[in-house]
Amino acid sequence: MARRQIEPLLWLLFSAGGVMSALLVPVLLLLFGVVFPLGWLEPPSWEYLKDVIGHPVTRVLLFLLCMLALFHWAHRFRYTLYDGLQIKHLNEMIALMCYGGAIVGSVTAGYLLWQVP
Amino acid sequence: MAATHEKPSYTEFHPRWYRPRVSTYWWLQRSAYVLFILRELSSVCIAWFVIFLLMLIHAVSQDRAAYDEFLEWAAHPIVVTVNVISLLMVVFHAATWFNLAPQAMVVRMKGKRVPGIYIAGANYAAWLVVSALVAWLLLR
Repeated sequence: MARRQIEPLLWLLFSAGGVMSALLVPVLLLLFGVVFPLGWLEPPSWEYLKDVIGHPVTRVLLFLLCMLALFHWAHRFRYTLYDGLQIKHLNEMIALMCYGGAIVGSVTAGYLLWQVP
Repeated sequence: MAATHEKPSYTEFHPRWYRPRVSTYWWLQRSAYVLFILRELSSVCIAWFVIFLLMLIHAVSQDRAAYDEFLEWAAHPIVVTVNVISLLMVVFHAATWFNLAPQAMVVRMKGKRVPGIYIAGANYAAWLVVSALVAWLLLR
């Protein structure tokens, strides 16, 4: 019964994470993953980026992005394994691995963002 | 009445529902199923992006040398390949997500339902504005 009550909350996190990642991940991944490494544009200087990431608003936004995106992954990946591989008997373990991973990742994200000078 | 809440006991005559076995590779049978699984797997690329982003944040919070090292690592062909694939998957996620938005949000104005195309359009516009803001912040 406990699982039934937590399911709407998990779906809400999944949904919020879906919106956050749809809005923010493509541009960030395009710039830091493709454009800067391939030298198409100059990456921001370390001093400037440190100030941008260190700003309280950016910190909160990045933390929300990391946390919600991880819960989005956890929920979607859990059901992908469930639908795609038909491993119903491993259900509990998969759920633990997915949501547990999202919690560990969120705590790590909070810690790393806290460490930014 | 209480009996209906109990588990039905097994009888020899209890019907066994016909359940054909579904192949593990059922999603390869139609392109729509393949696209569905690809959309679901885009979440793995999003998780990878979070790891990538946290590595960047960690490098920036240390010193200039660590940041340069991160940029060098990010330029490695394998990392670039992974990121290009992830980018395509995440764009696919964003497009499918915004296309579904009209079904998830029902907006009414003056008692009339706002047509889905406006809601999807508003989502795409927000995507454009947010992307432009982030790019402006990082490139100025």
